[in-house]
Amino acid sequence: MTARVLASVAPTPGSPPGSSFVIRRRLLRRTAWSCAVLAVALATLVVVSGAVGSVEVSLTQAAQITLGHLVPGMPWMSDGTLTPLQDQAVWQFRLPRTLLAGLAGAGLALAGALMQVTVRNPLAEPYILGVSSGASVGAVLVIVFGTGVLGGLSLNVAAFVGALVACACVAALARKDGELSPTRMILAGVALGTLFSAVTSYLTISTDAQNVVSIMFFLLGSVSAATMQSLVGPAIALVVACLVAAGTSRSLNALMTGDESATSLGVDATRLRGLLLVVASLLTGTVVSVAGGIGFVGLVIPHVARIVVGADHRRMLPVTVLAGAVFLMMADLLARTVAMPTEIPLGILTAFVGAPFFLWLMRRGGADRAGFGR
Amino acid sequence: MRVEFDDVSVVLGGTEVVHRASLTVEPGTVVGLVGPNGSGKSSLLRTLYRAVRPSRGTVRVDGADVRTLSGRQHARQVAVMLQDPHTDFDLSVHEVVLLGRAPHHASFGRDTVEDLRIADDAMRRTGIDDLAARMVGTLSGGQRQRVMLARALTQQSPVLVLDEPSNHLDIKHQLELMSTVRGLGRTVIAALHDLNLAARYCDRVVVLDAGTVVADGPPAATFTPELIRAVFGVEARVLEDRHDRVLAFRRADADIFPDGAAPVPAPVPTESEISS
Repeated sequence: MTARVLASVAPTPGSPPGSSFVIRRRLLRRTAWSCAVLAVALATLVVVSGAVGSVEVSLTQAAQITLGHLVPGMPWMSDGTLTPLQDQAVWQFRLPRTLLAGLAGAGLALAGALMQVTVRNPLAEPYILGVSSGASVGAVLVIVFGTGVLGGLSLNVAAFVGALVACACVAALARKDGELSPTRMILAGVALGTLFSAVTSYLTISTDAQNVVSIMFFLLGSVSAATMQSLVGPAIALVVACLVAAGTSRSLNALMTGDESATSLGVDATRLRGLLLVVASLLTGTVVSVAGGIGFVGLVIPHVARIVVGADHRRMLPVTVLAGAVFLMMADLLARTVAMPTEIPLGILTAFVGAPFFLWLMRRGGADRAGFGR
Repeated sequence: MRVEFDDVSVVLGGTEVVHRASLTVEPGTVVGLVGPNGSGKSSLLRTLYRAVRPSRGTVRVDGADVRTLSGRQHARQVAVMLQDPHTDFDLSVHEVVLLGRAPHHASFGRDTVEDLRIADDAMRRTGIDDLAARMVGTLSGGQRQRVMLARALTQQSPVLVLDEPSNHLDIKHQLELMSTVRGLGRTVIAALHDLNLAARYCDRVVVLDAGTVVADGPPAATFTPELIRAVFGVEARVLEDRHDRVLAFRRADADIFPDGAAPVPAPVPTESEISS
């Protein structure tokens, strides 16, 4: 695949290679390398996280169990070398949460990248339209008053509904004369988000003390309750969002240069913006409803990808998706190991590890190329 | 490809900025749109590249109403060099120029060798090939304008719209831009402020004043001192020698000093003079 991409841009014999060819080949090679490194890291993390926990499982055994469930007929699954406890620990607890961390990281990073280009603002992130504060209200209502309060909706569904309600409100408020103005979107999102946060805060301080920990885990984000079933929603949303992103990446580049410029290149800016909003919000909503409001990933990973491979969406989106997954899987691994046997909420880890890393990256030379010198 | 503005009006924020303008641009000709600030040049051009919907009338390219075409179809026919493009994004010059190929691709299409060759050629013609790897945000105003021209050339459309293409360019690049554009053989409509540049490179000039077309014809016959006084409110003289014919301008109220001497200020009376 990579080789084909490179070959297709090589100058044909007999013509001097233009500057385009040279520059492009360098960037494509760097993108291919980044994706390859991240993919290897992803696979390694799946295995390593299967071997970490209170039930002792070796790296080999973790790999065997994972592979054995995916490919039928593996000899080690039935020859008695693996205990049922080990199998259960890896397949029912560790793998789902690692995969959810990966899906959440990839989803939030992608949603963040799409939001940043939609509103043309480097500070944009998946929660800019109040998705997480809306989801929090839904989830906290269920935690505080029990599932009866919202007609029997489970916590996850209530959170998802809250996320969508928030988005719909922001979109409706930001719309005027058939256009979604980025500035109105940001301001409406901030205002509504603050309103929803106030509701959440009030519910939190007025409820019983034992509920507060559950609320904090949701607000900060956690994947500890993951099951294989909980992966379905985020997985579907991520696949759909990736397809949309791949199909529109050239138009995203055009949108980045401004609405009028995009129009002159044949891109309907308003329609594209609407599509991106829907996709990014659904993706964020599905992730938040199962994993809570994990912060930082959606804001920072797209910038990291830009620093490494440039702002062209055809290169930076694949890197963003993979880097988001790797980053959050790594954070989850730390979240459950650094303070064993207690567990740290994922959101704390992402900020604690991510912020210094990002600041270090920001100070390096490559960041200026990604517009950090402005 | 022929471009027709048929009885076009544009209303922005309740103000009619273009009033029933009609003009036809014949295939392969270069037409200059001139007029004072706020005379509706850019707004009229915006109706052609669909950034503004006319409140009245139609704009046709090759006989088809531009509003009936898809975005990509239209962008394959009309390329635009915008007046003040955003540059607060982090694409390299090369990437921006390649965006010109966007209308030629379906959603999932990849850049082909042909695309790269077209972009390289456009960068060479506009003299920015040595800037290819630079970020657009780090360029000077004039360099950015050449990038935008290269992008428009890369679009390979039969119609080219230039909105104030030369306002940041040095004199050499102004002349180069206009002669490059002329040499393309495409239909070109350019909003220009420099009347001499318009006179030199346009087959025809159209003069707008307060949203209305007030004159339309070959430059030499159109840019008369009377018209310039009426539209721009300045005095103009035609200076001509064997090679050139240029217009020289002067403020209308400065004309009472035909020898060019600065007006002598009236002496301010001293206090003693007033009292005596």
